[in-house]
Amino acid sequence: MVERTPILNILTHLILLTGLIMLLVPLWIVFVASTHDFRTVNTVPMPLWPGNQMIQNYTLAWNQSGFGPKMLNSFIVAIGVTAGKIAIAAISAYSIVYFNYRFRSLFFWMIFVTLMLPLEVRIVPTYAVAANVLRPYQEFLDATGINSLLNLITGVRVSLPQWSMLNSYTGLILPLIATATGTFLYRQFYLTVPDELAEAAKMDGAGPLRFFWDVLLPLSKTNMAALGTIMFVYAWNQYLWPLLVVTDIANYGTAVMQLQRIVPGPLFGEPPRWHIAMAGTLMVMTPPLLVVIFMQRWFVKGLVSTDK
Amino acid sequence: MARIDIRNVSKFYGKTQVVHGVDFTIANGEFVVILGPSGCGKSTLLRMIAGLEEISGGTIAIAGEVVNDREPRERGCAMVFQNYALYPHMSVAENIGYGLKVAGVAKAERIARVEAVARTVGLAEFLDRKPGQLSGGQRQRVAMARAMIKEPKVFLFDEPLSNLDAKLRVQMRIEIRKLHQRLKATSVFVTHDQVEAMTLADRLVIMNKGVIEQIGAPKDVYDRPASIFVADFIGAPGLNLLPATINADGHSLSLADGQRLAVDMGRYAAMKPGPVTVGVRAEALTIRPKGQGGMQHGLKVTFDFAEELGVGQHIHAEVAGHPLVIHVDGRHPYAPGTELAVEVSPHDLQLFDTETGLRIEEASSVALVDAAA
Repeated sequence: MVERTPILNILTHLILLTGLIMLLVPLWIVFVASTHDFRTVNTVPMPLWPGNQMIQNYTLAWNQSGFGPKMLNSFIVAIGVTAGKIAIAAISAYSIVYFNYRFRSLFFWMIFVTLMLPLEVRIVPTYAVAANVLRPYQEFLDATGINSLLNLITGVRVSLPQWSMLNSYTGLILPLIATATGTFLYRQFYLTVPDELAEAAKMDGAGPLRFFWDVLLPLSKTNMAALGTIMFVYAWNQYLWPLLVVTDIANYGTAVMQLQRIVPGPLFGEPPRWHIAMAGTLMVMTPPLLVVIFMQRWFVKGLVSTDK
Repeated sequence: MARIDIRNVSKFYGKTQVVHGVDFTIANGEFVVILGPSGCGKSTLLRMIAGLEEISGGTIAIAGEVVNDREPRERGCAMVFQNYALYPHMSVAENIGYGLKVAGVAKAERIARVEAVARTVGLAEFLDRKPGQLSGGQRQRVAMARAMIKEPKVFLFDEPLSNLDAKLRVQMRIEIRKLHQRLKATSVFVTHDQVEAMTLADRLVIMNKGVIEQIGAPKDVYDRPASIFVADFIGAPGLNLLPATINADGHSLSLADGQRLAVDMGRYAAMKPGPVTVGVRAEALTIRPKGQGGMQHGLKVTFDFAEELGVGQHIHAEVAGHPLVIHVDGRHPYAPGTELAVEVSPHDLQLFDTETGLRIEEASSVALVDAAA
């Protein structure tokens, strides 16, 4: 029901406006701070109008923090995570929706439940696995006694090799690509695809993979765009995980990690240079912002999913 | 082209049985229509032939080979779906050619064949469009072209015309019939529309509740329905059915209000007295002008209303508390409640067993069949 009363209209606009101001003011302050020199930024109260140090601040932040290679790293990680998430989500949802097997809904609910477990909750075990990927298998062999049994029979102890993902793109990307949100989004999309399409493809002689590749994936383009946008931003903004897996910052540090090193940190030292930090922040924010702006049209379509 | 042998086929969904041991053969090049109300198992049967549903019991053989365990693509069938099931992101040409693409046919040949098929169904100038930009009839044609291009042994149609408007439906019906005359491919067509069924079929299979009620040429099914269900279902309107009682003499029957009708003694042997259902086609009834008299066999009925058909009228009347439809050629301006005299020839009466719902066979026709054999 749509109410049309002037008072309500004004009220709703006021609420919207308040929300907008609450969102924009901090951003404005960040921007203003990034355009003043060290002394002005630290005066109380800080000016609310931009200064004239913008170019100097941004050049300094860019050069001294080495954002060039860090942004490249961030791009590699964000694109890797996004592609991985879309692939995993599309495939696992395909299995859940189109194939009939035992415990199918159990698997779905297990995936769904992990929505409630963010990375932070399982960060210690995840780190342990990233440090030695085969360790869970080794421990399984040891704990179940299979290893001792083998030892008894053959005299050989199975000792799986060490495979560490620390300090690598694999380590930055792989542990992040499982996605319950994406699987759920894809499942909902597949449920809207008429069954007859799958049957027509069967009559046309297309096997399951062919149908997936030729029909479902092209149809899910908007879905993919929506998921891609959300996940790109998510992956770009990852902070805790890169901080844990990467100790070789020179080679694998990401842009967001680098922000932490500006203030107070090894890059600029004491006292904290807030104007440089703010300039860096704004620069690091830009790529995800651009992705959202460019993908917006597709993004909304994919989430509303009335594009039939 | 191929013969289809359906042997004692049944289908269960869990514990519910939807098809009960169906058994018939479709000859090579024949156009068979499976007709029945919704939920009678006709689509399930078609989908079992196509390979889209598992066969719970019995066997289906296409061209002499049992296909129970074969994938749809290995059965040599092509199917036209009710909702067309076109791939929305592909152009018309890609939709038609997809099966060939999957089969690995070279691009040049594919394009040539797509164009040839598109020409035959009148889609040549729409090849670059997406299905979303086509009208219902055009989409239907794309679906047909997609089936035709594979040059299948068997065409399967799953209520393909039910999403079209009435005029287009008639037109597509004629096109399907022409197509069959040209290709001579074995075709199975499922529908709930009896006019569609009558006009298309070489042979009709009428199903009800998972069982075959009757198999026969449309004319035979219309003239000699095998059961009350078929009598009611076939024809527009269906056969007029009235409950009656065979009188003690064995050669006449009485309606609930006491009116008597003679039974053709030449056709039926003397019958056991008792309840029976009598049927008569609306076209077999004639209204006699008042006071003409001399009517040998007739009924007094009460006029309800007239349904205008253009070519004539359906007079809806009531007799002994049951509706009766009479087809007339002219116009009849009767007032509601008028009593009409209706002539019924004993020859046109058909009798059904009220309990089993089955047709009571005429003695003479049995004799004729015997003589022919």
